[in-house]
Amino acid sequence: MSTILIFAFSKKRHMKQTILALGLFLFSTTLFGQARTIPSVEVFDMKGGKFNTSQLDNDGKPMIINFWATWCSPCKRELNNIADLYTDWVEETGVKLVAISIDDARNMQKVRPYVDGQAWDYEVYIDVNADFKRQMGVNNVPHTFLVDGDKNIVWQHNSYSEGDEVELFELVKKLSKRESIK
Amino acid sequence: MKLNRKLWISTIACVITGNFVFTSLHAQENGAVEEFLEKPLEIHGNFSVNAQYYNEDSTIGAPKVPEQMLTNGFANVIITKGVFSAGVRYESYRNPVLGFDPRYKGSGFPYRYLQFKQDGLDVTAGNFYEQFGTGLILRAYEERDLGVDNAFDGIRVKYSTKFGVYVKGLIAKQRYFFNLGPGIVRGVDGLVVMNELIKPFEDSKFKVKVGGSLVSKYQEDDNPNYKLPENVASMAGRLNLSYEGFSFLGEYAYKMNDPSSDNGFLYNPGQALYLSGTYSQRGLGINVSAKSIDNMSYRSDRNEGLNNLLISYNPALTKQHTYNLAATLYPYASQLTGEVAYQADVVYKIKKGSALGGKYGTTLIVNAAKSFGLDSTHVNDLTTTRQGYTTNFFTPGQTEYYQDINVTVERKMVKWFKLKAMYMNLMANNDILKYGGLNGSWSGKIYADIAVLDLLFKLNSKHSIRTEIQGLWSKQDMGDWGTFIAEYTFSPHFFVAIMDQYNYGNPIEANQIHYPYGSVGYTNKSNRISIGYGRQKAGLFCVGGVCRVVPASNGLTISVTSSF
Repeated sequence: MSTILIFAFSKKRHMKQTILALGLFLFSTTLFGQARTIPSVEVFDMKGGKFNTSQLDNDGKPMIINFWATWCSPCKRELNNIADLYTDWVEETGVKLVAISIDDARNMQKVRPYVDGQAWDYEVYIDVNADFKRQMGVNNVPHTFLVDGDKNIVWQHNSYSEGDEVELFELVKKLSKRESIK
Repeated sequence: MKLNRKLWISTIACVITGNFVFTSLHAQENGAVEEFLEKPLEIHGNFSVNAQYYNEDSTIGAPKVPEQMLTNGFANVIITKGVFSAGVRYESYRNPVLGFDPRYKGSGFPYRYLQFKQDGLDVTAGNFYEQFGTGLILRAYEERDLGVDNAFDGIRVKYSTKFGVYVKGLIAKQRYFFNLGPGIVRGVDGLVVMNELIKPFEDSKFKVKVGGSLVSKYQEDDNPNYKLPENVASMAGRLNLSYEGFSFLGEYAYKMNDPSSDNGFLYNPGQALYLSGTYSQRGLGINVSAKSIDNMSYRSDRNEGLNNLLISYNPALTKQHTYNLAATLYPYASQLTGEVAYQADVVYKIKKGSALGGKYGTTLIVNAAKSFGLDSTHVNDLTTTRQGYTTNFFTPGQTEYYQDINVTVERKMVKWFKLKAMYMNLMANNDILKYGGLNGSWSGKIYADIAVLDLLFKLNSKHSIRTEIQGLWSKQDMGDWGTFIAEYTFSPHFFVAIMDQYNYGNPIEANQIHYPYGSVGYTNKSNRISIGYGRQKAGLFCVGGVCRVVPASNGLTISVTSSF
C-alpha cells in the first residue's frame, strides 16, 4: 500500500506513476476495501466542548450520521422531515441520528439556536474546519451514512429529495434486526 | 516498468522511515504494533469532476473559451490501519473552469499526509488543515468548489491530556496553487477545559473553557523601499462560557506591525475582537454577535492578495443566504482592513396545534445584520512612522458598509403542501464591496427589497414538485430581477429542474437579460451525476438537493461526484 504514497510523495509527477498508483489502489480496494469504521476526529459539541467521533455509539443499535449546515436548504428540509417521524423511528428501532454541522466560524454560533429553535432531538456536533467531513469522504451536503450495531459504516447517500427518508427508514429497520442491507 | 531515480530515492526513504517507526514502536512496547496488525486496513475517499462546455455569450460577458471545454477534477484516497493513516489527493485542472484562478492549470498531488494517533498524541507529517479558536489568527481550510485551499505543508503535533488540557503546535508553509508560498508559519494553541481540569466542577452546569494561541510568520525582507519586519507575530485569547441555555464566546486577537500590499505598507499593528452570545430553549433560539477588525490581513506572503496564502480568517457577520437573488447579487464580504459589524438571529417555533402554529407548527426566523467602516483618522506620516491612521477600536465610523434585515416563515399547511416565505431588505455599499473604496466608478449604495415564495407540493411519498418565485426590486445598479424555479424530484434517484432569472428592470434595455437553465440528475447512494445546460450567474447554487458554488457561464455542465 505504501507504494501509492511513495508515488504521491515524489516530486516528479509522471503519467506512468499515476496509472500505476491508480492500478495499485484498485487492486488494494478489491483486497481490503470492505470494512469501514468511524474515524477518530475531534469535533465540538454544541456547548463548545471537545468530542472525539470514535466515541459515537448507540449500544449495539443502528446510527444515522447526517452532514448538514445551517445555510443548506435541502439539509434542513431533510432533518425537519425526519424530526416529525423521529420519535416513532426511535421507538421502533432504537436508532440514533447524529447531525454533524459543517458550519464554520461564520455560522457555528447559530447552530445551537437553530437546533433548539426547531426542537430537534438529535445528537448534534460541529465540524468547524471540516476535518470529519474530509475523513468521511463527503463531497457536499447533505450526506447521510448508516452505521450498523457493530459500528461499521454500511451505507451512504448524497443529496436529499422529498421522500428519501422512506428508503432510509426501511434500511434502518433492517439494520435494527441485524439484517444485511447490501 | 522503468522508474526514475527520484522515485527510487523516495521509495528507499519511505522504507527506511517505515522501519524506523516500527523499530521505535517495538522499543517502546506500547502496543501500537499489535494494534496495527490486528486492525483491518480501511480504504475510502471521494471523487469529483466538473466538466463545462462553453458557448461564447457576449450578452452576459461570457468570453470565447479557446479550449471550448474546461474541467476540474480531484480524487481523495485515505488509508487507515489502526493508529496510522495516510491520504493523498490528486487534482487535475485541464484547464481550470472559468471562475477558478488560471494558476491552477495542471495536475498533480498537492495534498498528501501521514498521520499517527495514539494515547492522546496526534502527529501529522505532510499536508493538513487547522484552525486555532475561531480562526482570527490562523485557519487553513479548503473550499474545493471555490478554488480556495491554503493547506499547510509541514509538521503538526497535537496532544490531548486526560485532565482537560489540549495543546497543538505546527510549523509549515502554505499551499499556493501547485507550489508553496514563501513564508514559514509557526504556531501553538492551547485550550483548557476548566470542568475537566478541576474535578469538583466536573458535573457543574457552568462550563468554562479558556484558550490562547500564538502564531508567527517568517518572510525575507525583499522590499527595496522599506525596512520590513521579517518575523511577524500575532496572538489571540478566547473565553467560552455556558450555563444551561446560555452561552458566550469571545476572542481577541492582536497582530504586530505587518506592512503588506493589503494595507499599503503601513506599520500599524492589527487587532480583532469577536463576541457572541446565545440563548436557546426548546422552540426558541437567539444569537447576537459583534465584531471589530482593524488591519487584520495576515498572509504568509505580504505581497499577495485575494484569497491567497491567508493565515487569518475573518468571515462576514451576515446571514449566509441560499435563495439565489439574495445570495448571489449583493453578498457581503468581510473587510480585512477594518470594519465593525453586528448581527442578531432569532429562531422561534410556534407550537403545533395552536391557533397561530397550525396543525404542524410554524417556524419564524428573523435576522438582522449591519456593518460599518472603522472610525479612523488619517495621519500624514508616510515618510516617517508610516502608521497611516489612528482608530477608535470597536467604534463605527461614518461609512455604512452593509445592512440586511430579513424574515422567514415556514409552515406545513397540509400533508401535501409546505410553504416558505422570505422578505429581505438590503443595503450594500458597492463603493466598498465591489470597488474596495479605490475606484472612481462610484455606484454608491444599493437599496433592494427581496421577496421569495418557496412552495413544495408532495404528490405522493416519493414524487414532489418544488417551486421558487423570487423578486428583487431596486432603483439602483441593475434594477429589478425575477427568478422562477421548478424542480421535480422522484426519490431516491432522479431530479429534473428548470430555472429562469430575468433582469427585467435593468435601466439599460439591452441588459434586460434572461438566464435560463435546465438540469437533470441521477443519484444512486453516494454516486451522483448531473447535467445542466443554460446560463448561470455566479454564486451559491442549490438544486436537486445539493448546494454548491458556481462561476458565471453559458453552456453545458456535467458533474459527477462519488464517495467510497
